[in-house]
Amino acid sequence: MQEVIKHVACPYCGACCDDLEVTVDDGKIIEVKNACIIGTEIYHHASREGRVGTPRRRQPDGTYKDITYEEAIDFTAKMLIKAKKPLIFGFGSTNCEGMAAAGRVAEDAGAVLDNCASICHGSSFLAIFDTGYPSCTLGEVKNRADVVIYWGSNPAHAHPRHMSRYGIFPRGFFTGKGARGRKVIVIDPRYTDTARCANQFLQVQQGHDYELFDAFRMVMHGYAADVPAIVAGVPKEKILEACDVIKAGRYVHIFFGMGLCHSDGRNHNVDIAINLVRDVNEYTKCTIMAMRGHYNIAGPGIVWAWQFGFPYCIDLTKGSVAHMNPGETSSVDLANRGEIDAFINIGTDAGAHFPIRAFEKIGGAGIPMVTIDPSVNMAATVSDVHIPVAIVGVETGGICYRMDNVPIQYRAVVKPFNGILTDEQLFDKIYERMQELKNAGIECDGTWDYATPLADVRPIKEVYQ
Amino acid sequence: MNTVTITMVKQPQLFLEADLITPDQFAGKSIEAIGAIEISEGKIKYPLASFAKIEGVSGATAAETKIVLNGDLTRVKRIGQQMTAGEIIINSNVDMYTGGWMKGGKITVNGNADSFTGIAMAGGELTINGNCQNHVGSAYRGDWRGMTGGVLRVTGNVGNDIGTFMRGGTIIVGGDAFIHVHTHGEGGTIIVKGNIQARVGGQSVKGDIFVNGKIDFMMPGYKYVEDVEKDVDGVKAVYAHYVGDLGERHPEAKGQKVFTNLYLKK
Repeated sequence: MQEVIKHVACPYCGACCDDLEVTVDDGKIIEVKNACIIGTEIYHHASREGRVGTPRRRQPDGTYKDITYEEAIDFTAKMLIKAKKPLIFGFGSTNCEGMAAAGRVAEDAGAVLDNCASICHGSSFLAIFDTGYPSCTLGEVKNRADVVIYWGSNPAHAHPRHMSRYGIFPRGFFTGKGARGRKVIVIDPRYTDTARCANQFLQVQQGHDYELFDAFRMVMHGYAADVPAIVAGVPKEKILEACDVIKAGRYVHIFFGMGLCHSDGRNHNVDIAINLVRDVNEYTKCTIMAMRGHYNIAGPGIVWAWQFGFPYCIDLTKGSVAHMNPGETSSVDLANRGEIDAFINIGTDAGAHFPIRAFEKIGGAGIPMVTIDPSVNMAATVSDVHIPVAIVGVETGGICYRMDNVPIQYRAVVKPFNGILTDEQLFDKIYERMQELKNAGIECDGTWDYATPLADVRPIKEVYQ
Repeated sequence: MNTVTITMVKQPQLFLEADLITPDQFAGKSIEAIGAIEISEGKIKYPLASFAKIEGVSGATAAETKIVLNGDLTRVKRIGQQMTAGEIIINSNVDMYTGGWMKGGKITVNGNADSFTGIAMAGGELTINGNCQNHVGSAYRGDWRGMTGGVLRVTGNVGNDIGTFMRGGTIIVGGDAFIHVHTHGEGGTIIVKGNIQARVGGQSVKGDIFVNGKIDFMMPGYKYVEDVEKDVDGVKAVYAHYVGDLGERHPEAKGQKVFTNLYLKK
């Protein structure tokens, strides 16, 4: 019998559209309404042929053999205990319950805990540490903002329904005219499809957003006359014109994307953007928001900041002291420098998203690696063990944080394929197994199957005994 | 002054964190006690003696203790962290945080240093006879109090974020810098003898920056004032004086706005 499930939240991008209608027939997903094409595909993935239904262990000849959950959990637990500095990275596509369970495992294992923000909006966190985050919810943007700026982001492709639900087109309480009542400014090195929806487009020279922000801030501080004729490829008149629109707005909102946090200067590009927001607030109301990528990539920032005090790049190797300093404790740097000796890739694909030189040092260096993901991704193809889990938002529910840090309750629309575990169940079982192994006397002593111990180098515990 | 010589005899599989290699920790300790000082590799702690040979005698106080480090220390972090007095000489490349949060004394590195060298330094002398990576003399993440004192000298090139949130002290770079020099500065002096690609003095409130080479992309917020003659690190020359960053807040002193001074060699 066909059943239509309404108000389903979508597990694709940070816009977390929660108005989906999913038609289910006998445990199969038939139709998805209201979602963008990418969101629709995620639902159909669940019913597609070729899904992995049991954990798999890589054989010496490179093929994979099915193993039981117990064997996979034992391998992972032992690896986490034995490794001197294991790294648990990912969490772009899982729920907060899974992240909290992973946090408990990481603390017990003395691991480094990191999420995809590390290669995405992590630099925005650093700017927020430095200068604060005068933000708002997407509802406020929809209902109040009459000047919307997309800086270094292209929602037309990356967040397909963002412009229609929040940014440009919706009619809100104080924005009854919808797109006709809004002024939209797009700042990007390319004339993107988002730019085609803009009233003003400023084509900034690639990698020079910082200088352009400085020019905007000069105008806000009353030094318009001193702005050079061309800043970062943008003529002075266009900068002054945009500043006039901003000053005349009743409520200005800036959405910034990876154009800022992934060009040279990274956190400082975001940092100066936040400072511009402070300056604009001398004239009118202004807020700013990061265009977070995955549907729950804001989640680890919230969950781990509550558990450990830091949102990402958390080094828990010193036990009770959490240490965070991206550049040292960030996943790519750890991999690049050869500073880890075990790797768990969960709910992401380090194989596809790490710089290839960094991933070579994990995948090709004989470091034991476990991938926890519903699908066979690039990292899974070189992992020692691949553990499939239920797809959040499709096969299991949970809390996910939208890009404006608003929690959304996700729902399951079908049962997990082949009875596979959820991320939370899996990490809880790994935690339990670690306790069993520790009680049985297994501990990190610098000597184990995968690594060659250094002769005559003994841990401090043994030396004192 | 008594000298303790440490020679690395083994290399770690990962990296060692040796924040206890400071004259403050070594002072008044026997060679055996120094050998038992903890250094960690990931979650395991090892005694220093299992990686290094230790010779010599330590002084009674930190100020009377000199540490000489030989062998390959490329994979050793945090040497001289928070030291207050005495001297460290490193005859090798070193990893991150060398001289971080140091308050006094002297460190000389005869080799290259990685990132976060002299981070949040408050006093003393730190000299790198080689190149450095990023965040030299910068603030720790989220801290608005960067370097507050001391002299940090790098003879070679440096990366980005040099003296971020700097409030005092002097950084002298013999070679080139990449981007972000004196960003968010609230005091102090930075001298770069080579070239800088971009973003010199962005969001800087006050302080002095001297550049002997070229800046590829000037910040728009800097305004030319006049040519002046300045004595920079013992050499007199004529510099073009700019003030800025006009896009940042600035305090007032004696009814005048205080700006960051950028001096560009003519």
